[in-house]
Amino acid sequence: MSTIFTLSILRSALELGCIYALVALALFLSFRILNIADLSTDGCFTLGCAVGAMVTLSGHPVLAFFAAMGAGICSGFVTAFLQTRMGVPSILAGIIVNTGLYTVNIAVMDFSSNVNLFACDTIFSLAKEKLSYGWYADWYKLLIILAIVIITGVLLSLFLNTRLGLSIRATGDNEYMVRASSINPLFMITVGLCAANALTALSGTLLGQYQKSCDINLGTGMVTIALASLIIGETLVRKGGIPRKIVGVILGSCLYRFIVALALRMNVPAEALKLVSAIIVAIAIAFPYLKEKSTFYRQRGIHRRICRKEESANVSH
Amino acid sequence: MLVIDSVSKTFNPGTVNEKKALDNVSLTLEDGDFATIVGSNGAGKSTLFHAVTGNFFVDDGRIVLDGEDITYCKEHMRSKAIGHLFQDPLKGTAPHMTIEENMALAYLRASTKKHAYFSRISGNEKKKFREQLALLDMGLENRMKQPVGLLSGGQRQALTLLMATMVTPRLLLLDEHTAALDPATADKVLALTEKIIAERKITCLMVTHNMHQALSLGNRTLMMDGGRIVFHVSGEERKKLTIEDLLEQFKARAGKRLDNDRILLSK
Repeated sequence: MSTIFTLSILRSALELGCIYALVALALFLSFRILNIADLSTDGCFTLGCAVGAMVTLSGHPVLAFFAAMGAGICSGFVTAFLQTRMGVPSILAGIIVNTGLYTVNIAVMDFSSNVNLFACDTIFSLAKEKLSYGWYADWYKLLIILAIVIITGVLLSLFLNTRLGLSIRATGDNEYMVRASSINPLFMITVGLCAANALTALSGTLLGQYQKSCDINLGTGMVTIALASLIIGETLVRKGGIPRKIVGVILGSCLYRFIVALALRMNVPAEALKLVSAIIVAIAIAFPYLKEKSTFYRQRGIHRRICRKEESANVSH
Repeated sequence: MLVIDSVSKTFNPGTVNEKKALDNVSLTLEDGDFATIVGSNGAGKSTLFHAVTGNFFVDDGRIVLDGEDITYCKEHMRSKAIGHLFQDPLKGTAPHMTIEENMALAYLRASTKKHAYFSRISGNEKKKFREQLALLDMGLENRMKQPVGLLSGGQRQALTLLMATMVTPRLLLLDEHTAALDPATADKVLALTEKIIAERKITCLMVTHNMHQALSLGNRTLMMDGGRIVFHVSGEERKKLTIEDLLEQFKARAGKRLDNDRILLSK
């Protein structure tokens, strides 16, 4: 293993895993809890990165996170508005917003297709000044990212157990019940999508500051990657309460990054990475189903063998 | 008090599928009234319920609950005052949430304060939920942390009943809520229903296909056909009525036999 994975590869896989875990958490909220496939995730991720990058460029790396989350909330609100007040089917609403966001993102980046942050302070460069001594000198990035992910995870878990959070969960779980119990499902969908998109945008900013650049195509395929992380996470933890599921999603995202790192180590060209992602997602989604099937075939095999034995025993008597 | 005043509803108007589901229906339920509704297939029983809960808006007429005109009030606003149990026991509870969380949601009705949004279930409330679950005598009070999806249909329906009445509703609608349960469980849920309604004097409308229940439960019986209430009986007259009389009345008023394929004539 040590020949395949060096410590630095392990570390950067963990760092990226934790950054993308925020998008996976966003999908956990929209796709799993609200039962809505929010396809505006790709655009929203870039939006978060773009807004964050511009605010960082102007010299406010911390404010960038809040600005990006604000932008994410706006984007989520538009998606929710289209599906709850305008009667647009949820998948279409996501696609429409995603398309529109492309122009918005370009405009945010001052009509250029990329922005770089090499010349300005990011939260990582700020932290480096304070944390660059001692054993953790190489790990300061991971520490910051981990802190953000853990805080987000704890807050999300607490939120989902408040009355508002319970109402959001019920909205995705049983529509009939919600309508019969004085909860306004339209409001809950709006709140849920705003929160989910805030997480997506947060992840975008974090990635932007981490790699010191923002590109218009950054978010392409983000839904697929986040979905893969989510499903790997679910396969890891199976059942349990909300906190356990959230931990699972974060672990799933890290594991996904390990798989990608492994693929890169095996000299898969970088251009093929999207195909690798798609294959990983397909396998991750199919895995629980195939497992069930294999159990069926195994049991049937045993059953047939027993039957055959009994038959031959009867014949010999 | 519920007043339904000449309410009409036509589905798919102007098409070949046009169906007059409610035809000038008027009904007044006094406080504490418990009326049972029987009727043929497609008579408009469930449609009447959905009109009251706000699942759709009626074409014509008015619906007034306790003096408040709710004809154009949104569904989730109405459900603060109206409890609704469906025939399908899966419809009333959220399967992936725990018993405790489901009850906490039902309890939301009680809170009118906006700041309650970010509050969590308190220890006091948990205790209260536990006490109420113990009344069901199904052992659910020891399974508070389990997802509702693990419960049986009967247990889920009993829980739904508890949730619908946790905050006493001004009107309770029961849409054949025991029909999908096995006989023993159905009896249990029904007994519980009667007990809760009697204790708290809840105004209640109940659809049933059991003719015995239609006469023995509550204080009024309604019969529906073709979107209209064709027969209505209460008081002394109702006490003397037998199931045969009821069927006879239906035939006389609706001009045909009661053709509900699930109707139960015996007890």
